[in-house]
Amino acid sequence: MTQTGTPAGSSATSSTASQMTTDSSLESRDVMSTSAMTTHGPSVSPDPAGYHHGVVPEALFDGPAAQPVKFYQVGSFAVGNRLLPMADRSVQSDPNRTNSLTSGHRACQGCGEALGARYALDAAMRATNNQMVAVNATGCLEVFSTPYPETSWRVAWLHSLFGNAPAVASGVAAAYKALGRDDVRVVAQGGDGGTVDIGFGCLSGMFERNDDVLYICYDNEAYMNTGVQRSGATPPAARTATTQAVGTDPGNVFGQGKDLPRIAMAHEIPYVATASVADLHDLEAKVERAMSIRGARYIHVMVPCPLGWGTASCDTIRIARLATQSGLFPVFEAEFGEVVASSPIRRQVPVEDYLKPQKRFAHLFSPTRRDDVIDRLQAQADRNIRRYNLLPTAGQPAAAPVAEEARA
Amino acid sequence: MKQKPFAITLDVGSSLANETGSWRSEKPLYVDLLPPCNQACPAGENIQQWLFYAEEKNYEAAWRQIVKDNPFPAIMGRVCYHPCQSSCNRAEIDEAVGINAVERFLGDEAIRKGWAFDPVENLSGKRVLVIGAGPSGLSAAYHLRRLGHEVHIREAGPMAGGMMRFGIPKYRLPREVLDAEVKRITDLGVTIEFDAKVEDLEAALAEGFDAIFCAVGAHIGKRAYIPAGETAKILDAVTYLRDVEVDEDKPMLGRRVVVYGGGNTAIDAARTAKRLGAEEAIIVYRRTRDKMPAHDFEVEEALEEGIMLKWLSTIKHVDDGKMVVEKMALDETGFPQPTGEFEELEADSLVLALGQEADLTFLEDCDGIDIKDGVVAVDQSMMTGRAGVFAGGDMVPAERTVTVAVGHGKKAARHIDGYLRGTAYVPAAKHPVATFDKLTTWYYAEAPREHRPYLEVARRASTFDEVKQGLDEETAKFEARRCMSCGNCFACDNCFGVCPDNAVKKTGIGKGYAIDYDYCKGCGICVAECPCGSITMIPEE
Repeated sequence: MTQTGTPAGSSATSSTASQMTTDSSLESRDVMSTSAMTTHGPSVSPDPAGYHHGVVPEALFDGPAAQPVKFYQVGSFAVGNRLLPMADRSVQSDPNRTNSLTSGHRACQGCGEALGARYALDAAMRATNNQMVAVNATGCLEVFSTPYPETSWRVAWLHSLFGNAPAVASGVAAAYKALGRDDVRVVAQGGDGGTVDIGFGCLSGMFERNDDVLYICYDNEAYMNTGVQRSGATPPAARTATTQAVGTDPGNVFGQGKDLPRIAMAHEIPYVATASVADLHDLEAKVERAMSIRGARYIHVMVPCPLGWGTASCDTIRIARLATQSGLFPVFEAEFGEVVASSPIRRQVPVEDYLKPQKRFAHLFSPTRRDDVIDRLQAQADRNIRRYNLLPTAGQPAAAPVAEEARA
Repeated sequence: MKQKPFAITLDVGSSLANETGSWRSEKPLYVDLLPPCNQACPAGENIQQWLFYAEEKNYEAAWRQIVKDNPFPAIMGRVCYHPCQSSCNRAEIDEAVGINAVERFLGDEAIRKGWAFDPVENLSGKRVLVIGAGPSGLSAAYHLRRLGHEVHIREAGPMAGGMMRFGIPKYRLPREVLDAEVKRITDLGVTIEFDAKVEDLEAALAEGFDAIFCAVGAHIGKRAYIPAGETAKILDAVTYLRDVEVDEDKPMLGRRVVVYGGGNTAIDAARTAKRLGAEEAIIVYRRTRDKMPAHDFEVEEALEEGIMLKWLSTIKHVDDGKMVVEKMALDETGFPQPTGEFEELEADSLVLALGQEADLTFLEDCDGIDIKDGVVAVDQSMMTGRAGVFAGGDMVPAERTVTVAVGHGKKAARHIDGYLRGTAYVPAAKHPVATFDKLTTWYYAEAPREHRPYLEVARRASTFDEVKQGLDEETAKFEARRCMSCGNCFACDNCFGVCPDNAVKKTGIGKGYAIDYDYCKGCGICVAECPCGSITMIPEE
């Protein structure tokens, strides 16, 4: 198998910190003016591409005619579109995409995190013209991609400890700043355990200092790598190894856990967004947007885990889609602590449609149906819908909800 | 030995060394399924494929794809009852794709741009006689000619087109369109002899043709016995429509015209009578509207033009200026039964539109040909009981529409070709049908159908201008892009994008994708997320 070349991605690249600093192009590169360097914080400029994040496809709505050609076939929702010029297609449709996380990694069949990480880093590589360093927290993503001495990464990649990825990333960013380089951008990534729980202190520090790092959390809602233990991102009622489906209130407890996107917003950093592997265009647009901004940025990507959630490996994207279409996982973006856009629900489904295919929620349906619990989860979804305005056209005839189960 | 950092003993390697394809128990496979539109098309058009080209604005390629199966895109785009649209999967999401309208756009574009058929190559030296220059005969002649045979048509009438000319009024099919598409066939080298009714098939066979295709149509109006006064004016719809087309002096039916029957021909006759000056045209039908064999949209258009419909009525007696009608009532089986209630209806003339029959006298003395219930029996290859004599269109048992006739012509031509070459034509096996459940419709954006503009009612009621207008390019393209390409890859890159293992490769523009089975773990996401159902999972060997 051959990998078609990208400037930074020669075959079997396993860049380490030492490789980064010995980059032969470093000395020869023009150092950016210091005035640009000292502009600490965001430089939120109008997006020349005319993206309207969170509202796709534009052609469906009475928005500005940003898209010159109407595509009612696919294009707006599928990965690619043969009718569009190459420059307007998604990064993932490009045969020369970085493939940041290449074949042969040891993630399970249908791993949402492997998919999400490639989506996000490939987009970041394009947005940074391949000048990017990735810092990884411990977790599935790190374990399945880098069993010594192999690596699946085709980007400059760095791993230290479970809890310190945000701190290491801050350090990499500081190092480049000290070198007078503002062209190399830093992305840190981790799972929900490394982000919400173990690395939380470092992450909060990175946020409050407004370090120039994009942190991406791939949220599969538990510690999957070590055997599906509950994390601070595990949803209520979900069965994990540490929240068994026993007793009067089986599964994870209601009223616990953290909503990290909202915590990030509370730091009033320039950019916070949520995204899903079910909406590639939105995810890529958000990464691109994040990379156009300086300062601390946070993207929270929902990535279903077939093993931990008890779903069919082929259903990874469908489950992610049901999460957004039920309202349980709101897709939105926020700037300086305020929500500025959200992705409207297109085909609303009851939470039951999302819960039922997952074995971690099987105890809500068998042996006795727990309508009380399902109703509480539905109430959460309804609250998200209100809070993030996920049904802006509610009440109008165009937004008739249709259960995916009924269509499939 | 290379110097390594402390505690590092192995060289850095790529995970590509780890061929995770070995985990797999099932594997994805690209397939082509039969789109329901293609399955429903009586002419066997590859609709999904020509819409694919039309989406790319490659209208000539789209047109050339149509004419592989059907030489009449502009005619089809006007007169076909589009069973493709009735079976279109898109109807389950919003509305069926307006296939017929796009086909008409492509047909009209071809006439505008003067696109011609590819010249015939590899002449076979065989001669085929086609009897009848209607849709079936012309279609057979066209396909036979493209297959390299010499084709001669004998037509009983003075002009080509058959029922497309003598049965379908101008307001549905303008004659310039018909002439243009027939001319393309004669330009290909097919010869047509007019006013040359074949009276005796045996004599024609004796002339030395290698095969004969009979497609004489059904041009005799069925009669019903209705007691009538001497001065009553009664005629049949087929003759009436034909006379309107052929005669310089258009037949006049008086101020009030009654048409008896419930089929499309009845509607055509009533609408034509209205256009020729009848103040009132009334269709009398013995059952109810929902039982009418006429297509609903034609009934709708007729009503808009002021045609009156009288349900549950039979005509008992006709006299000069008036007729007696008996009211009917449906019994529990839905069959109309007389009620004994009568009423009088003022009318100057009565047009019978009670169905048509084929004139098969030319076959009567022919050995081996089996005529039953007024139609000729044919086998799977459209061949009659007589070797080398094939038949199609309205004279064989089938639904009587232009598109079915065109389909017969194609099918017969392929079998005649096989017969002439001594190698029986075996049609390719059909793919499984791309049913709606095989699609992942999330990826198709909602979009309503662009309706063809209708001529305002006032204008069309007095003229033979075409009632339905065509689509402009922008709208046709829009409509083509609503196609979901059911069961056939349209290069949306979804499989390429959604594989968590980068195991889907692009193989070049227009060449589709390939699975890299060294790394494919068999998760099946590409199958689940393929919008059009063009990938399937099969067990690993």
